[in-house]
Order: sequence, then structure tokens, then C-alpha cells
Amino acid sequence: MPIQRWTLHLLRLLFPPQVLLPDIVAIDIGLTVAVIVIGVYLTRTRRWGWLWHEWITTVDHKKIGIMYLIAALIMLFRGGVDALMIRSQLIAPNAHFMGAQQYDEVFTTHGTVMIFFMAMPMVFALFNATVPLMIGARDVAFPRLNAISFWLFAFGAILLNMSFSIGGSPSAGWMSYPPYSELLYNPGVGENYFLLSLQVAGIGTIATGINFLVTILRMRAPGMSLSKIPVFVWSALITSSLVLFAFPPLTVALGLTMLDRVFGASFFTIAHQGMPMMYVNLFWIFGHPEVYILVMPAFGVFSEVVPTFSRKPLFGYEAMVGSLLAISFLGYGTWVHHFFEMGAGPSVNVFFGLSTMLIAIPTGVKMFNWIFTMWGGRIRLTVPMLWQLAFIPTFVVGGATGIMLAAVPGDYQYHNSYFLIAHFHNVILGGTVFGMLSGMYYWWPKMFGWKLNQRQGTWAFALFVSGFWLTFMPQYFLGFEGMTRRMATYPAGLGWTTLNLWSTVGAFVMGAGFLVMVYNILWSRRYRDWDVTGDPWDGRTLEWSLPSPAPEYNFARIPMVQSRDEWWAMKQEGRTDEVKISATTVHPIHMPRNSAMPIMLAFAFFVGAIGLIFAWFWMAILGGLGVIAALAYGSFADYSEVEIDAKHVLQTEAQLGRVES
Amino acid sequence: MTKTRRAWVFPAIILFGGLLTPGCGSDYVVFHPAGPVAQSELNLIVLSAIVVGVVIVVIWVLWAYVLIRFRDTPHNTAPYWPHWQHHRVLEVMVFVFATVALVVVAIPTVHKTYVLDRIPSRHPLVIDVTSLDYKWLFEYPVQHIATVNYFYMPTHRPVLFQLTARSPLSAFWAPNLGGMEYAMPNRVLPLWLEASHSGVFRGRNANFTGIDFWRMTFMVHAVPKKTFSHWVSQVQAAKHPMTRATWRTLLKPTVTPPLRYSNYPSWTFPQRPTAFTVKGLEYVPTKNP
Repeated sequence: MPIQRWTLHLLRLLFPPQVLLPDIVAIDIGLTVAVIVIGVYLTRTRRWGWLWHEWITTVDHKKIGIMYLIAALIMLFRGGVDALMIRSQLIAPNAHFMGAQQYDEVFTTHGTVMIFFMAMPMVFALFNATVPLMIGARDVAFPRLNAISFWLFAFGAILLNMSFSIGGSPSAGWMSYPPYSELLYNPGVGENYFLLSLQVAGIGTIATGINFLVTILRMRAPGMSLSKIPVFVWSALITSSLVLFAFPPLTVALGLTMLDRVFGASFFTIAHQGMPMMYVNLFWIFGHPEVYILVMPAFGVFSEVVPTFSRKPLFGYEAMVGSLLAISFLGYGTWVHHFFEMGAGPSVNVFFGLSTMLIAIPTGVKMFNWIFTMWGGRIRLTVPMLWQLAFIPTFVVGGATGIMLAAVPGDYQYHNSYFLIAHFHNVILGGTVFGMLSGMYYWWPKMFGWKLNQRQGTWAFALFVSGFWLTFMPQYFLGFEGMTRRMATYPAGLGWTTLNLWSTVGAFVMGAGFLVMVYNILWSRRYRDWDVTGDPWDGRTLEWSLPSPAPEYNFARIPMVQSRDEWWAMKQEGRTDEVKISATTVHPIHMPRNSAMPIMLAFAFFVGAIGLIFAWFWMAILGGLGVIAALAYGSFADYSEVEIDAKHVLQTEAQLGRVES
Repeated sequence: MTKTRRAWVFPAIILFGGLLTPGCGSDYVVFHPAGPVAQSELNLIVLSAIVVGVVIVVIWVLWAYVLIRFRDTPHNTAPYWPHWQHHRVLEVMVFVFATVALVVVAIPTVHKTYVLDRIPSRHPLVIDVTSLDYKWLFEYPVQHIATVNYFYMPTHRPVLFQLTARSPLSAFWAPNLGGMEYAMPNRVLPLWLEASHSGVFRGRNANFTGIDFWRMTFMVHAVPKKTFSHWVSQVQAAKHPMTRATWRTLLKPTVTPPLRYSNYPSWTFPQRPTAFTVKGLEYVPTKNP
């Protein structure tokens, strides 16, 4: 029977042997149960409507920020479990906790998830949650596009995460260098999942870049010139411009690889004189600016956290902004340092080595400026400040080893070794993750209206940071012992055993730190410590002039900005009543209307991506038509705004005690 | 209080001892150069480590001082300057400090990058290296012998490796002799190394190429010139040439023990060097070593 044969073929395609391992099947069952439980809970408490109206169709930047944050924490868990699996495998020589194929899948998803589905959404969570509040705006420039970005990211993440139960995970590493990522070496659909999930999420990322660029350039409150915006907003502005120029090369690299794999082209294949080097160039033209996309928001967070908890303005504002600009500019001219060993001549290598070293100058200036900001201040050891204080000594080591890596002949010995692994975890964890967690603890009261417990937060911090040092410092030495990345296991007798053991212990300490953090969040939610002032940290910038959480329209009255740390100035000069409104000054407010179009559009992309992944072209075409239909619907729909009338605004503000008598 | 303190002391000693003491062991291959290339790379590594070490210490000390001195405690006598946010001289000093530190690393970096690119001999020993799936093939175009997963080289004579691949991107790395270079399909890339004393050194593929890539290692036997010639004639005399059939077996994705061949077909290695390659070396292949 052809039907039977066809079904059998389909089953083999969807469930190849690599997804039928007992642990994966157990996780599949666990996930199914979890989905059913959540579904039953939502039905019983009648929350489907609430979920749809309040969250899924929302275009409110504050709620989108919260959704990004939750997604990022879930992905941090997933990527973290991958990391613990990797470290468990490497705890001792010749360990076979997993097979080599599964190990390859795990390190691939670890890297991909952490960079694209943990760090990026964490950055966007903070941008969404705070940027409009900091510049005195009522939403981002394109609220519905913002929701589209989120849902594209979400469906991209779903795509990558479903690969391990349906069809098989990608296993070519997060950089996915061809020709290994080509059909010859990587048959099956795993690699297609990688290409399409990043492509879908990447469209959303580019849209977010445009959105924040326009928001910051066009929607600032009156009086807030570019020289008065908080440095975090500067970092958002510069990050957005980096996104705009860095992601298109990735789109091209992924697109060409997809043409190779799905449509039989030969851009990067061995056959027909394909050029794998071209992919490597395109990937790192994206990949290096990407590193700065991840770390600049952390620099921005620290530039807010340090002044607040030192009770001093930021030292050298112009130098701080100037160095962000310098880093973003120089960041485009360094990509070849990821492959000094691929045969470019000495002049090319020297150029890229020196341009890389140049970046250390603005970065070093920033480190000193944060220290000088604390100098002559009064340092309060709150959780956000603790993360910042851990960042300085940690990141300086990562930056320093970065200079060592930029010394070209030195890199001939470090390349692809554990020295490199230690370096980039040192800067990505010590920079981005410390920064994002600092920001999360800092703005949590503003996002949710209640504070996170300080004692538990300190424990989570202490475990995570000490685990971090224990994990990654030994890895520098493993590099000098000749251990290379991505080894599924290693023989005894090379001297790698002790250091790997320590590294694994450290990873589990970090994992414990993450669990304490989750406990911290759940406990604080259970015993809510409401922030009734709206300004729990004695802050300096405009978001603290608002109640926590901010009402849906953010500012009942758009402030007239006079100085850099405007809220601090208001407090110092006794102008805090300026934020209040009265019955005579209140106006109706126009806000964007909720829309189901973003999730529909993202779902159409998702369907199309599945079609391309399995080479079911009818489905890809269906998805493409869905995309066009959703865009058409979005373009012709009327009533994209709702009006909140003045009476309602007055009522809300009165409840918050913000109406002048 | 003392009891709890003491409980931490032992693990701390073991921890830091465990991390730092092995630093001198011979397992630290990068710290045990066996030739001029690795030595020169190590010198740069040490120099750059010292320079960035100074920067690290300066920042750590400032950080610790600020943290202790300016805590928000009730009786802190440190000055409080709520408006101090500019100091032109200080900012310039920081800029100069960072720049000087970098120049100290940058100058030898530029110098060594160019020096290491020039092979210091017009008559090096040539070894054509092909990365195959999970094995390394070494072919001696002048001696007409080939080996798999190990090779001999004479000491005190530069060796020119011409690298290519019949596999995904691989990286050839023998850390005792010097840093790595990629082996790529459709390309031939050059790398020169030299051994200044005899010994057996480990090498490996440093770039992920598939499930068994971590087993893709090779052994380098650096031996005196005479021993090398002796070994060559031994392999030549073995009368065990590589045939088309053996080549096909080698192309299969397998891990193999060390092998040797008394001859090999010349088409197994690309005949015409492609762009990117030996040009920079000022090297002209000659038939007479």
C-alpha cells in the first residue's frame, strides 16, 4: 500500500534514531505532561481570555519586555542544562555519559540557545522594559512591529527547541561552518532547523533594531537632547544600529547555506569549487559586531547602576558615550581575528590584530570611568550593584585575554583551544550575563511592581560568581595543555583530568546559583514586597519618576527635561510635583490597539519554515501566502489606536496619588 | 568563628594549589617549545601576559580600594563628592596608560607576524598534509613516501607543510612545534615549523569535523638528520605503495592506526597551488633538497 509506505517514510523522517534515545523520550513525555497541566490550569481558572487579551495580542512595550524576560530565563535554563551535560561528559577522561553524536548536538544547541535565544532576548527585555520610560515616551515608535519582533523570536526559539524531539537536533556547532554543515556531512533536517530558526528570529531582531533606533531618535521628551539621554539609552541606540548592519550578513550566510541544502546550490560545498571561506567571512562580519551587540547593553546597565548606588553622577559622560561609539565603529573591522589561521597574509592578520587591540582602549577607559564614578561616592551593596562589582574584576580578565588573543602569533597557539573557550565565556558571562542580571534585579520593581528579596539574591549572586570563576579559570590552563574545543571526550594521561574536574564542579555551583535565583523570584512573588514609591533605589533617571509598574500610558504628562539625571535633579531642586497632573491639565491619551496580527504573521513564518526544513514545498508556499495575508490584513486594518479618556487617566493617577489638589 | 574560618582554609588551599601548581608540568605543551616557531610564539604570549597582567592588577587594586574606602556605612570618613564627574587630566592619563600598554604588545605582534610568515630557508623539507575524515595523511613529495597519523622530520631544518583537506575544515596543530593552520578543501595553505631538538610530540586536529574528530591525532617524531634519512630509506624499502584502492579506503570516515607507504600516486594531492597560498613564502619548490 502506498499510503502505508508513505506513513512509514514520514515517521522515519520525523523520528530518526537520534530522537528516540531514552532520555529524549523522557523529556518529550515530561514536556507533554507540562503542556497538558498548564492547559488544564488555564481552562479551570478561565484564563485563556486573559492570556489572549492581556499578553498574546498585546503591543505594550512593558508587557513585551516581561515576555522577553521570561523567555530568556527559560532559555537560560535550557542552555544551562546543555552546559551541565557538556561538563558532566568532560568530568573525567573517557567518560561516556552521552554518545559523541548527542554530545555534538548538545554543544551546538548550547551555543545557539545561549547567544540567540538567551542573551539577545535578555537584552531586548531590558530595552523594552525601560527605554521608553527613560526617554519619556508612551511606547516605542512601532508598537505592533515590536510585538511582531517578539513573536518571530518566540517561534524561532520554538523551532530550534522542537528539533530535538522531532527530526533531530543540529550538530555542526553554533557557527555551523560549511562544508561540515552541508548535506554531504550533515544529512537529515537538524541543520535546516538551525538555519531556519535563526532566520525567523533574525527578521524579528532586525525589526527590533529599527524600532529602537527610531524610538530613541524621534520619541524623546521635549528638552531631552541626545547629550542628556541616559547612557543605557545610548547603548540601546548604538546596539540597534549595530543590529541593523550586522544581521543582514548573517541572513545572507544562512540563506545561501539553505539554498545549498534544500535547493542543491553549491555556494559553500566542496563539490563544484564551493567556497566555505566565504561563509566564514560572512558569519563573522555578523559575529563580531554581535559580540558588541551583546555586551554594550551591559555597559549601559552598569552606567545606570553605578551612579545610582554610588549617589554620584556618571564620571566622564562624554568619554563613556564616545567610547561606545568608538567600539561600535571599530567592531566592524575586526572579524578576521576569528580565523587568523585560514591563510590570509601577514598584512591582513596584522591589520585585524591591531584593530582588535584598539578596541581595548575605549573599553579600558570605561572600566576606569566606572571606578572613578564610585570614587568619592557612597557605595550601597544591593544585588544589582553586587553584579556590577563582580563584573569589573571579571571582565578585565576577559578583556585582557582578548588582547592576548589579538597578538596574532599568540593566537596561532590559542585558536580553538580551551583558552579561547575560557576567554569568550569570560566576556560573555562576565559582561553580558552579569550585566543583564544586574539590570534584571535593578529594574525588576519597575517591571513588576515588587522587589526581589535581597538576601536570596545575594546568595544566588555569590554561588553564580564563584561557580563562574571555578569553571572558567581552569579552562585557560587547559588551553595551554593543548585541549581543543568540542572534543566529545579525551584520553587520560594528558594532564587534563584535574582541571576538567574543577571546571565541572564550578559549572554545577553556577547551576545551583541559577536555581537559587529562580527560588528568589518565586519566593519574592509569593511574599510580595510591593514598591509603593516607584523609586525604591533612590534613582536618578526618568523611569523612577513613574509608579511601579508604570500605567499603560506610562506618562500622564510628558516631562520637560532640563538635565541629564532629570529625576535626581527634580528631587534635589524640589520639583517632584512636576510629574503630577490636575483636572485642568489632563488630556485624553491615544494608545496603540492590541492586535492578533503579530502572532498570526509569526505563525505563518513558522509554518513556512517547517515547510523549508522538511522540504515540503507546498507547506513553505502555504506559509509564504500566510505571511502575505497577515501583512495585507495588517496594512488594511483600521482603528490601530484606542483613546484613553481624560477621566480614566485622572482616576488612575488619583489612585496612585499623582494628582495635584 | 575560627572554626568556620578553618573549615574554608583547606578546600581553598587545595583549590588554588590544584589550579596553579601544574603550571610547570610538561603537560603544558604550549610552555614547552621544541623549536623556534613555538619559542617565538611563547615569548609573545609571555610578554602579552605580563603587560595585561599589569593592567589587571592596577584595575583590581583600584577596585578593591574604592570598594573598601567608599562604602555607604554610617561612620565612613571618606570624602563624598556628589558632583565630581569630570577630570580632564585623569581621563587623558587613563587613555595614555591604555595606549602605552597596547603599543608594548602591538610592536612585537607586528614584527613576529611578518617574521613567522617567512620560512628561513630556500630548501625546506616539504610535507604535503591532507586532512581526511578522522585521519591525517602526510606525503613527502621529494622522498615519495607517505604516512598516516605520524611522520618523521629532521631537527634543525625548517619543514614546509602544505595543508589541504578532503574533509570539512580541519586545523593542524602540533603545539610543541608551533601554532596551527587550517587545512581546507579546494585550498592549499602553507605552514612552516622547525624542531630544535629531537623528541616525540603530539599533534591533533583542532577544528570540529564530526563525531570522531577528537580522535584525529598524530605523532611527530623529530630526529637527527641521519636517523631521518635512515627512516626514509626504510619506508622506501618496505615496498608497500599506496594504491587507488588504499586511497579509497583512506577516504572512508574511519579512525586508523599509524600507517606508512613506500610510494603514492601524485594525484592524491592538488598539483597546482591555489590563490592565498605559498606565494607569501618566497618558496620555490625544487626537486633537489
